[in-house]
This record gives sequence, C-alpha cells and structure tokens, in this order.
Amino acid sequence: MTLEEHRQRYPDVWRRFSPRQTLIRYSWYLGIVFIAVWSLSNLDITWVYFLDAHEQAADLLVRMVPPYWEFFAAIVDPLVETVHIATLGTAATFFIALPIAFLAARNTTPNAITWFIGRFILVASRSVNTVVWGLLFVAIFGPGPMAGIWSVTARSIGFVGKLIAEAIEEIDEGTVEAIEATGASRLQVMLVGVLPQVMPVIFGTIVYRWDINIRESTVLGFVGAGGIGIVLYSSINLFAWDEVAVILVAIFGVVLVSEFISAAVRKRIT
Amino acid sequence: MTSSAYPTSWRPPKLIPNPLTRYGLLLAGVVYLAWSLNALDIDWHRVEQGIARAGNMFARMVPPDFSRWQLLGRGVLESVQMAFAASFIGMIVAIPLGVCAARNLVPTPVYLVARAVLVVSRTFHEVIIAIFFVKIFGFGPLAGVLTLVVASMSFIGKMLAEDIENMRPGQLEAIRATGASFPKMLLYAVQPQMLPRYLGVSIYRLDANIRHSTVVGIVGAGGIGQTLAASFSRYDYDFSLAILLTIMSLVFVGEFFSNWVRARLR
Repeated sequence: MTLEEHRQRYPDVWRRFSPRQTLIRYSWYLGIVFIAVWSLSNLDITWVYFLDAHEQAADLLVRMVPPYWEFFAAIVDPLVETVHIATLGTAATFFIALPIAFLAARNTTPNAITWFIGRFILVASRSVNTVVWGLLFVAIFGPGPMAGIWSVTARSIGFVGKLIAEAIEEIDEGTVEAIEATGASRLQVMLVGVLPQVMPVIFGTIVYRWDINIRESTVLGFVGAGGIGIVLYSSINLFAWDEVAVILVAIFGVVLVSEFISAAVRKRIT
Repeated sequence: MTSSAYPTSWRPPKLIPNPLTRYGLLLAGVVYLAWSLNALDIDWHRVEQGIARAGNMFARMVPPDFSRWQLLGRGVLESVQMAFAASFIGMIVAIPLGVCAARNLVPTPVYLVARAVLVVSRTFHEVIIAIFFVKIFGFGPLAGVLTLVVASMSFIGKMLAEDIENMRPGQLEAIRATGASFPKMLLYAVQPQMLPRYLGVSIYRLDANIRHSTVVGIVGAGGIGQTLAASFSRYDYDFSLAILLTIMSLVFVGEFFSNWVRARLR
C-alpha cells in the first residue's frame, strides 16, 4: 500500500458520509425548506398582525386574571356531560369497530370485496375530524349530547378499527389452524382462535382512544354537539375571559386525570 | 381409565377468571349506562326525527356538487400549505424543546419547564388553541398555521424527548470522553441516533397536520374547514359532500405518502 492509498483509506479527518451521500442529503433538506418557504409565502398572511400581537396577548391575559372561580359551580354539569359523551361514544365504538376490523384484516375477511368495504369505512371514518362529524350529526339529531356521542363514535371507529385490524393481521396463525383442525365453524375460529389473541390490543386501543375522546369532546360544543364546549363558546363570544380561564383550568384537570387513568389501565393490561 | 379424565366438551377460558369480578364489571357497565343516559340532556323526540332527517339530508347531499371547484381547490391548497409550513416550523421548534425535556441531558429546572410546556400544549384541543390565535392574530391562515405549529412541536418534542431518554448511553460517554462540548455531544452522540425516528415522526405529523388543518377553519383560522363550515351553515349540503370527499381523498393521499416515506426511512 502506497502512502497515497493509505491516506485515502485512513484520512486525517473522519467523515461519516461520502461527498455524494452528503450532496443527496443536503438536496433533500433544501427541497424541504423550499416547500416550507413556498407554502408560507403563498398563504394569505397579514404580517402586520404581528405588530400588535403582544398587546393583544397581554390584553387577553389581563382579562383572564384573576379567574372568576365562582363560575366553577356552573360548569360541573357540562364537564360531567363531556366525560359521558366521550365514554358512551367510545363504548359504542367498541361494538361497531370490532366487526369492521375483522372485515378489514386480510386474514379474516371473507373476500376481496368485503376487505375493500372494511378498509373504505376505516379510511372514511378517520379522514373526517370529530368536529366535522359533529357538524353532520347536529344536522341529523339536532344540537345536544346525542350528536356528540355519534360524532365521537364515527371518528373513533377508524382509529380503533385500523389498529385492531393490524393486530389481527399479525396474529399467530398456528392457533387458528389448530382450531380449524378441530372442525370448528368460521365463527368459532374467530371467537376462539383470533379474538383472544387480540384482546389486549382491543382493550388497550379502546382505553387509549377514550382518553383522546375526552379531549375531542371538549370542543364538540363549538358546533352544538354538547359538553363543556357550549359553555366555553358562549363565554368566548361574551368576551367573559375570566370565565374562559376557569373553564380552561377545568379542562386541563379533566384531561390530565383521564390521561393518567388511561395510562394506568394500559399498563395493567399489557 | 375413567371418562372424567378426558372431558368430551371444552369451554374456552373466560377473559376474567373470577366470576365475581366478571359479573361485577358487567353490572357496573349497565349501571353506568343507565346513569349517564339519564344524566344527559337528550331530547329523544328530536332524536326520533333524526332518521328521517338523515335520509333527507343524504338525499340533498347526492350528487355532490363539484361546480365550485375553484373555491374548493383554493381551500384545499391553503390547507395543504398550512400543513407544510406548520410541520416545518414545528419540526425546528421541537428540537430545542425535545432536548430540554430529556431528563438525562439537561438540569432539572429546565426539564420541568420544558415538560410543563409539552403537557399544557398537548392538553388543549387544536380548536381551543386556534381560538386564542384568532383573537391575537385575527382571522385567517396565520392563526391556523400557529395552531398547527403548537400541536406539531408538542407532538414531535414529546417523541424526541422520550427517544433521547431511551437512547444508548455508550455513544454519549464515548463522545464525552473525547472532551467534546455539550453542542458537539448533541451533534455527534445524540443526533445520529435520533435522526431516522425524528424524520419519521415529523412525516407522520405532516400527515396529521393535513387532517387537522381541515378543522381549525371552523373557528375562522383558514383552510378548507372554513369553506366546509360555511357550506354547512348555508344548508349547502351537496357542496359539503363535495368538500368531504375531497378531504377524504386528500387525507388518503397524505397517509399513503407518509407511509411510503416512513417505509423508505427505515
């Protein structure tokens, strides 16, 4: 090995990537920055709003402090309603998402058409936001918690169903074959061979979604679908920012507690 | 051999072995259902009309009206641009936030402050945050972008912090042993371990931002959501369905793209 070769193989300065790799990486980064800058400059943004933003924020803060704590008595019922909406909506999700997940999993679906239908329901449910579902269900059931429950359910089916379907696709096929070998019917294979294997995932996902749903149902009231959102929306419209502060603190507490419960339950299940 | 040694029938084991707990949970569920349905202020008479109304609404929705495709296209473009801009800014802001929220890298006071920021911004729904930005920055996409920035930075920041806390300490020690300063440690020990997952989470967040950009518009923060809310309040249901179908295909494409990129990153 000549000195030149040796130097090339063991350079004085160590570099992780070859110049070509570096070039490719940096052109990717440049592309990302370019897209971001293009998006930002194309948006119809009134930059002058930045000039008095700090004053507006300070104004908001002054109006919120001190919070009007007596208002808390008035929001206990809406808070309970919010939790009910999330819980009942999640419970309904359990019964609807389960069969759809079996349709949408490749190894349990009867044929390609049912698989497609299952997948389509999951995608459609997931791509529409809970609040948008709220708009739809308020138009159907009228304002109130009923619309809220169904919007929570409509959005959660896609989330829960997708995760369960993925879990079903990853089960141990040996168990299924063993049950099939006993001459069990299709339904029995599902109930005894597949279901017990995905049970932890089902409950874990449901509990996880419940805690997301609590957060979602705090804003359902903005479109009239019940819960604390109704009170929050009217307080904002009345510029009663000291009431808004109380509501925000209450929401913060409820969400934190639900997150804690959900994490504790999931830890026990898995 | 007695026949009792080999039973002829078999019942699958129950999910909850203890019958008392099993039926107790069932009973608790029924009691809860009764209590909550009673506590909720549901106008059953109005709900009964719902089925007929749903049919009526569905009839007015079909066929979807794509004739105002220019308005639709502008809204969709705005939503996508909001998502891109917000994901990018969120990605950048998440780095210092994530580092500060990692217990093993920073002093405890910094850690606590960063964690508090993460918890508070994750607790409130995007729509609530959007209202505040609309109040401060006025109506329009700026409020929407900032809302999505807050959501993205807390999401990516939390993932990053957890990743840093779970990283292999060996590489950190090796770099520290060379006498490297704190920034160099971040660059040579932490960054190489984090980068693939960080990029993966960021791409996922882009896809999530596309989904969320459709909803911040409901409180006036720009994007296709604003068009959708307007069409609903005008009972313009055939246009609403057109918007909903567009959102669905947009989300589908976004998800496909995100899965493709993340599969390549691995």
